[in-house]
Amino acid sequence: MILFQTISIFQIIVLLFVLFAVSRVILRFRDKKINVFELSFWSLIWIAVAVVLFIPQITTPIARILDIGRGIDVAVYLAIVLLFYLVFRLYVKIDAMGQDLTKVVREISLRKKK
Amino acid sequence: MQKIFIVIPAYNEKNSISHVVDGLLREGYKDIVVVDDCSTDSTARVAEKAGAVVLRHIINRGQGAALRTGMDYAIMKGADIIINFDADGQHNPKEVKDLVRPIIKKEADVALGSRFLKKGSNIPLAKKIVLKLGVLFTFIFSGIWLTDTHNGFRALSRKAAQMIEIKQDRMEHASEIIDQIKRKRIKYTEVPVTIMYTPYSVKKGQSALNSIRIAWRLVWSRFLR
Repeated sequence: MILFQTISIFQIIVLLFVLFAVSRVILRFRDKKINVFELSFWSLIWIAVAVVLFIPQITTPIARILDIGRGIDVAVYLAIVLLFYLVFRLYVKIDAMGQDLTKVVREISLRKKK
Repeated sequence: MQKIFIVIPAYNEKNSISHVVDGLLREGYKDIVVVDDCSTDSTARVAEKAGAVVLRHIINRGQGAALRTGMDYAIMKGADIIINFDADGQHNPKEVKDLVRPIIKKEADVALGSRFLKKGSNIPLAKKIVLKLGVLFTFIFSGIWLTDTHNGFRALSRKAAQMIEIKQDRMEHASEIIDQIKRKRIKYTEVPVTIMYTPYSVKKGQSALNSIRIAWRLVWSRFLR
């Protein structure tokens, strides 16, 4: 089995992006903006992207188990599910932040009138 | 003697607020609280000059948030009854006493104004349809059938005002209040009130499109809980 045929321009661009993303994750970890769990989560995601990028066949067994035609489809489906989940979490977080902001604004307005 | 506080959330209402405060003062209500939700015009100054206590939000947080701020203030100041009143002049100050009555008589803890119970009200047809859809939506959403669900004119006893939490900062609070009345089994009644539809109040009011957004946000909030 040949793992590395010719490397396409697409693969180089995506690889560069993955390296960039991983460097951001590590930097954020060094700044203590994310914890070890988040570091490993995001590192794994990006490593998985790199692996699938160069060895796309690797997804075929997974596709077979899940009864999805092609390996690449599995990757796309998973990416969409993950994105939806992250958007949902963001939505919840922003909502909670809005409510916290209201509490602060309210407290300030009440304090001025006490 | 019951201590009555009138809470008026206001956003850019410099043209109507003075008239509104004036009308309430003339009816003998002394504790009038205007919550200026970070207006870009002179609403706060005008309201203060007219004789109201003015609380200021330093960031615009929406009508529901402003209403809650005013109610917190009223509770802090020892209010027995809290009236919610609109700043755009569409409510009639003379009808405050009608809303207060069932609460003083201990018939209810919340009195909700209903424009549909009032005979001879001149509600524009499009508005009527949207409002009745709101009634239907409220029934499905909260399981409570009222004649007018989106009326900002209401009276609450101190106890009810403390029980009802307003989490929705924007316009969804009207439905939210009703939802909590139902869930917390607060005793309520509907009272006929007049809504004055002037070109000004119609312009400042909610569009039909906005109602859809409000409904959407409510369903979301239910989903998140």
